Amino acid sequence: MTNESIRLHINGKTEQVEIEPNRLLLDVLRRDLGLTGTKCGCDDSSCGACTVLVNGQPQMSCLMLAASYQDAEITTIEGLASGNEAAELDPLQRGFMIEGGAQCGFCTPGMILSAKHLLATNPDPTDQEIADALAGNLCRCTGYMQIYASVRKAVELTRERQPVEAGTR
Amino acid sequence: MGVLTDSPIGARVPMIDSAGKVTGKGIYTDDMTLPGTLVGKILHSPHAHARIVSIDTSAAEQLPGVKAVVTGRETPVKYGILPIGHDETIFATDKVRYVGDNVAGVAAESLEIAEQALRLIKVEYEILPAWFDPEKSMLAETNLIHEDKPHNIEKDYHHHFGDVEKGFEAADYIRDDRFVCPEVTHAAMEPHSTLAQYDSEADAITVWSSTQVPYYLKLNLSSTLQMPEEKVRVIKPLVGGGFGGKSEVIPLELAAAVLARKARQPVKITYSREEVFYAHRGRPGQIVELKTGITREGRLTAVEARIIQDGGAYCSYGVVTILYSGQLLNAMYDIPNVKFDGYRVLTNKPACGAMRGHGTVNTRFAFEQQLNRIASVLGIDPVEIRKRNLLKAPCMTVNNLRVLSYGFPECIDKVEERSAWHDKHGKLPYGKGIGIAGSHYVSGAANAIIRSGAAHTTVNLTIDREGTVTIFTGASEIGQGSDTLQVQVVAAELGIGLDRVKIIAADTARTPIDLGSYSSRVTFMAGNAAIAAARDAKTKILNAAAVKMATTPDNLLIEGSRVMCRDDRRLAMSFEDAVRLAIPDGADALDATGSYRPPQEATGGKFKGAGVGPSPAYSYCAQTAEVTVDVETGQVTIDRLIAAHDCGKAINPICVEGQVIGSVWMGLGQAVQEEMMWRNGRLMNPGLLEYRSASTLESPEIESIIVESNDPEGPFGAKEAGEGSLAATIPAVTHAIYDAVGVWIDTLPITPEKVLKAIEEKKKSEAGIQKMRQA
Repeated sequence: MTNESIRLHINGKTEQVEIEPNRLLLDVLRRDLGLTGTKCGCDDSSCGACTVLVNGQPQMSCLMLAASYQDAEITTIEGLASGNEAAELDPLQRGFMIEGGAQCGFCTPGMILSAKHLLATNPDPTDQEIADALAGNLCRCTGYMQIYASVRKAVELTRERQPVEAGTR
Repeated sequence: MGVLTDSPIGARVPMIDSAGKVTGKGIYTDDMTLPGTLVGKILHSPHAHARIVSIDTSAAEQLPGVKAVVTGRETPVKYGILPIGHDETIFATDKVRYVGDNVAGVAAESLEIAEQALRLIKVEYEILPAWFDPEKSMLAETNLIHEDKPHNIEKDYHHHFGDVEKGFEAADYIRDDRFVCPEVTHAAMEPHSTLAQYDSEADAITVWSSTQVPYYLKLNLSSTLQMPEEKVRVIKPLVGGGFGGKSEVIPLELAAAVLARKARQPVKITYSREEVFYAHRGRPGQIVELKTGITREGRLTAVEARIIQDGGAYCSYGVVTILYSGQLLNAMYDIPNVKFDGYRVLTNKPACGAMRGHGTVNTRFAFEQQLNRIASVLGIDPVEIRKRNLLKAPCMTVNNLRVLSYGFPECIDKVEERSAWHDKHGKLPYGKGIGIAGSHYVSGAANAIIRSGAAHTTVNLTIDREGTVTIFTGASEIGQGSDTLQVQVVAAELGIGLDRVKIIAADTARTPIDLGSYSSRVTFMAGNAAIAAARDAKTKILNAAAVKMATTPDNLLIEGSRVMCRDDRRLAMSFEDAVRLAIPDGADALDATGSYRPPQEATGGKFKGAGVGPSPAYSYCAQTAEVTVDVETGQVTIDRLIAAHDCGKAINPICVEGQVIGSVWMGLGQAVQEEMMWRNGRLMNPGLLEYRSASTLESPEIESIIVESNDPEGPFGAKEAGEGSLAATIPAVTHAIYDAVGVWIDTLPITPEKVLKAIEEKKKSEAGIQKMRQA
């Protein structure tokens, strides 16, 4: 199979890669671009560890041909934080740290990205709504309880960060 | 981080490696690539039991891009995690013993080439009759799986403590039941992965691996590669979950190393999810025939257990697993007479090994279920029957297990109250029920796998001139909080902030020996070693400061990063100034060391098999489960689980809660849906969905309650938290089902089919009784 030149928009940057057209996005992210935060837990779309955001929607990169996503905006876990300092982390990342949402950490990137989509569309979800949104992301460590707490913590941190609007008090 | 004077013990400290996990920057083994790294793949046996007549690898070797092919001819040295269980070779030498057994390895420039090379290897097999049912396998006279194991019995043990015959004579009620628990597996989210790099000039090898036991891996690499130990280095990057599935040497680890040495290029092997299922080493299928005697007043008089474990094709941890299944009948309740006959049986399936709650879980299910059945027959409240059989700690059990701290009574009280037990038990409407059970586990094995006088853990500290402490520890962080815990106890002992303490862990070239993350040993053993190292440093610092401050060391203390006089706290100096005074002339840092070895009194009795079961301390758990049973479909919905766990002292409550809830959740998986489904040696469900690992939608609310019994020997009083809660979940759920619909499920998992059948049979037999009465 001959290589094709493919352009991908990842985490706000444009990346040019020479790859065979049958390559999966997961594999291109991990091997060609060094974005190893996206994990492979099962090879068959069972576990959700490879979840990335495609135009804001969570999708499993182990099912996606990289070449098919040249026009899409792709966000991986590496694209979530604006910097390295704790204050620059996304509220979800801070929430997962504070509440113990990441034990072994292997499902965490996918879990956080699925939750990111949830909070973008529903900024104050109930536990049932969190459970529904994360149903495609398996975890073997937490029993999910600390993951719910982490998402709730992110909601709280987001609220604290927002300036109080004039006239509300 | 809070005020520096706040003790970090008991603080909800976020795990120190969590930033890497939430940003994707943390590195797991499969995230690593060295220049020239080849892809390694393993050829697995398609047969459950077969003799290898010939292997022809010539076509594979000639395929462009293939850099090395290895078969059993080059790997004759036997290995195994237990010194008495060396029955595996890296690749099969004479026979294959399960579907998935390792036949050959290939290292190639790409995955595609490696897979093509595997297809080019020609293996001629002579198929042998295979054994799949342990009760049949243990009667085998011919076609043995290992020639040196008659009747395919890996090991059998026969223990008798007290006098069970007298005990049963003293009983007013005796109950006999048979329980069947199928195999389950760890299914950690990270598939096993190993990267090996051979240095041909130094004839040395470095292996990065997803392991819970870097030290044992180093020993096994040394023996199988026939290289001196000092030429082997094992480094553990982040590990994406273990649960016991990475607690022994897994074939890919040795295969990657032997391929890297032959290819003279780095080789990485990462298992596919299907390979993870076949590598297995999970909880064996177990049959428990249990007989318990009890007085009318509800006092246990005798327990007799006959246990058969379906161990698969190799020993693995099997000898330990079968012993745990009998030895930990004790140390939970006061049972004066106990008899145990245990059989670890070989079958032609992947080897079973250690899984969370190692060996104890299925026996505990059987015992707690039978106790609940007895309580219902005798009309004694299930909470009360447990309270009537408590240990009187501190004590020594009939099989020489030493119990010092015993928070089980408080655990029962907590769940009794929190669940509103007395308002619910026996009082809920038909279809709804509540159940209770208990469980316990060791805080590390008091006897190491390899018996010697050596310490189980050593921790070294270096403190530089700025007062920054670096911990060097062999203990393996696998997501449970091992690194964070050691930082917390060192900071607490030295009276300094957490931000001054760094940690370097699990690199056999740089860190001292620790036996690994298994049997819930890290908090207790590495925790105690870290404290000992910190005390060594503190003694040196205070001795030096005392000279300068013209006082005695015992008049000094360190608090809030300041060394102060106890009698006049204004007389003080900074921690780093005191450290500088303590640094020996000519050195640039202060070194300290500490180690831990369980006390002799905790190491158990003298009988055969006495080495397994003893621990310096035991954790305890009581749990309630509330369920709703759909009587039309048999579907069981778990409404709520409450677990009270005695962890001695919660050094980090975030981690303790996470471990307890995670254990309960994993126990629930085994209770209601997980099962390795075998047909003629093939696994029918080798995927996470097929295996039915629960998603958020099948996972109920789980509440944890921390009970602190303050163990006298534990680090700041702490004991284990990572495994002991798992076992109680299963019998608590089956008990709740009985409370809901009046049927006992003795065979796991509790599928809707089983529940429905039991309900229908109960109706039929009740109708039969009704008819008989009318006639």
